[in-house]
Amino acid sequence: MVAVRGSITGRGPDWGRIGLHVGCLAVLLVMLYPLAWLAATSFKPADEVISSLRLLPSRIELGNYATALEGVGGVSVLRLIGNSLIISVGAVLGNVLSCSLAAYAFARLRFTLRGPLFALMLATIMLPQHAVLIPQYIVFNQLGMVNTFWPLVLPKFLATDAFFVFLTVQFMRGIPKELDEAATLDGCGPFRTFFRIILPLSRPALITTAIFTFIWTWNDFFLQLIYLFEPEKFTITLALRSFVDTSSQSAYGPMFAMSVIALLPIVLFFMAFQRFLVQGMASSGVKG
Amino acid sequence: MAQVAYNKAARVFGGTPPVRAVDGLDLTVDDGEFLVLVGPSGSGKSTALRMLAGLEEIDEGGVQIGDVDVTTMPPKSRDIAMVFQSYALYPHMTVAENMGFALKLRRIHKQEVRRRVEEAAELLDLTSYLDRKPKALSGGQRQRVAMGRAIVREPSVFLMDEPLSNLDAKLRVETRANIASLQRRLGTTTIYVTHDQVEAMTMGHRVAVLADGVLQQCETPRELYERPANAFVAGFIGSPAMNLRTVPLTPEGAELDEVSIPVPRAVTSGRSDDSEITIGIRPESLHLVSSEEGSLPLQVELVEELGADCLIHGRTLTSTNRDPLIIRGDGRTPPTPGETVNVAVRDLEEIHLFDAGSGERLAS
Repeated sequence: MVAVRGSITGRGPDWGRIGLHVGCLAVLLVMLYPLAWLAATSFKPADEVISSLRLLPSRIELGNYATALEGVGGVSVLRLIGNSLIISVGAVLGNVLSCSLAAYAFARLRFTLRGPLFALMLATIMLPQHAVLIPQYIVFNQLGMVNTFWPLVLPKFLATDAFFVFLTVQFMRGIPKELDEAATLDGCGPFRTFFRIILPLSRPALITTAIFTFIWTWNDFFLQLIYLFEPEKFTITLALRSFVDTSSQSAYGPMFAMSVIALLPIVLFFMAFQRFLVQGMASSGVKG
Repeated sequence: MAQVAYNKAARVFGGTPPVRAVDGLDLTVDDGEFLVLVGPSGSGKSTALRMLAGLEEIDEGGVQIGDVDVTTMPPKSRDIAMVFQSYALYPHMTVAENMGFALKLRRIHKQEVRRRVEEAAELLDLTSYLDRKPKALSGGQRQRVAMGRAIVREPSVFLMDEPLSNLDAKLRVETRANIASLQRRLGTTTIYVTHDQVEAMTMGHRVAVLADGVLQQCETPRELYERPANAFVAGFIGSPAMNLRTVPLTPEGAELDEVSIPVPRAVTSGRSDDSEITIGIRPESLHLVSSEEGSLPLQVELVEELGADCLIHGRTLTSTNRDPLIIRGDGRTPPTPGETVNVAVRDLEEIHLFDAGSGERLAS
């Protein structure tokens, strides 16, 4: 709004507009500073990490990265990133497939108790994760799945993230019903209608689901901490913690280096998909 | 190609009280016929069509396509194709994919699908748009794609649900003629739903008029216009609508304000002296006359000039709070509002008489 007004009047410098930009830049700096500090610190020699308050290192110490790349407890960084990727990609696949299927049922199919079940599903959004943690652990323990990736991936294939189900239901409700009917007349059953018509048209909702699932799973620490104990199964977030635990103080440099390495995939992922993220949030429906 | 029959078919929507959207529909559509279902909104015409398509359940009675009772068959086995009001084109598929989708699902060979799609595209002048998505097409082109999607399936029945209502007036007239000639060429039995009586009258071999889920009359357009079966059909078909008045019946005839309109003996016999009758006169059955003898003096309220003719809205001097009478007059000599004119019936044969209670047509 401010920008528009400025361009219309076109008289002298628009102080309101300049002020706004300066304010935005200041906030941006405050937000970026920790990140910049993280990146800079990953290049600092060991003695400077804690003692020096300066942002830039006195000399570039690449050894931090060399140490970080060796990994933790004999497990290489590649393996750690690989584990994180397996879990994140598994979670994305599970959520996209199961949440869209559940959403299709709620949005389109008629079955008894659909209304109450939908309400129940929504209610689980309000259930704190920590409340189900112990029962869930017991279940997975009895299934013999503790210390495997299953507890982190399997629930995603069961449409347990009610938020994404809800998001997708709302999106699918916006798809004209005539398309389903046309598909029915063309010879599609419910599954074909879903896979050939509804799923392709729900792309924006699916992409939103995929992006958030990936980011949240990649950044997750708590569940991974609880279910994984063997270093070979550690994810990158768990490895970061063990850096502090198992090593002497001099490992702070490598820990920051590893933090940067851990951040890279997610930043790249975000950059690749942020266009879709905006599109997913902005697109309100499909107009044939 | 097939005959279509509704046998006392009904669709009842739950609720309190339940709504009989389509009630005991008995209708036979001949092989190759173009039948138009027409009625005001809420008359059940779309529901009737969807019942035949299998998109709506049939609660009572049944429907037949050809010799097969399809009442409980799934839509895809009914050998029908439907054109939706919104076209319902798949936005993520190209025109060719949209048209070939049903064939692909039936595992028809790719080359055969391609051939049929191209053939239909040629027929509909869509050849250069085959690789486009529906988003990149105009309204008229989308409409044609929807038609093409129905044609490539070579079904035995076409079902069309107000396929022209999203087009602008000019295009609608053009497409109306195209659809009618296309149907003649293909010779496929077609059921066409519309609320537009001009479409109904110009396109249909026969027109079925529905009101409140009940079939009122199913006849050729001319017959429907000349001999409406009841007051509803009389008032619904024709634009502007027929002038309908419920008036007292005397031994001289029907008393329309001060004028007695003679009524055939067959109608009057058996009716008490103080009974009423509904009389219907089309605007074109009335004309302006110079003599006051036997004519109705009318104060002109409004004149709608249409070019070739004009519509005169007027009230008789003695009438109180009634709808105006509408007369179709000569467009070259329209009266001015406020003027008093004399109106007479052109031909007594053109007067329609209906029972004041049931609305049924009386005699002739």
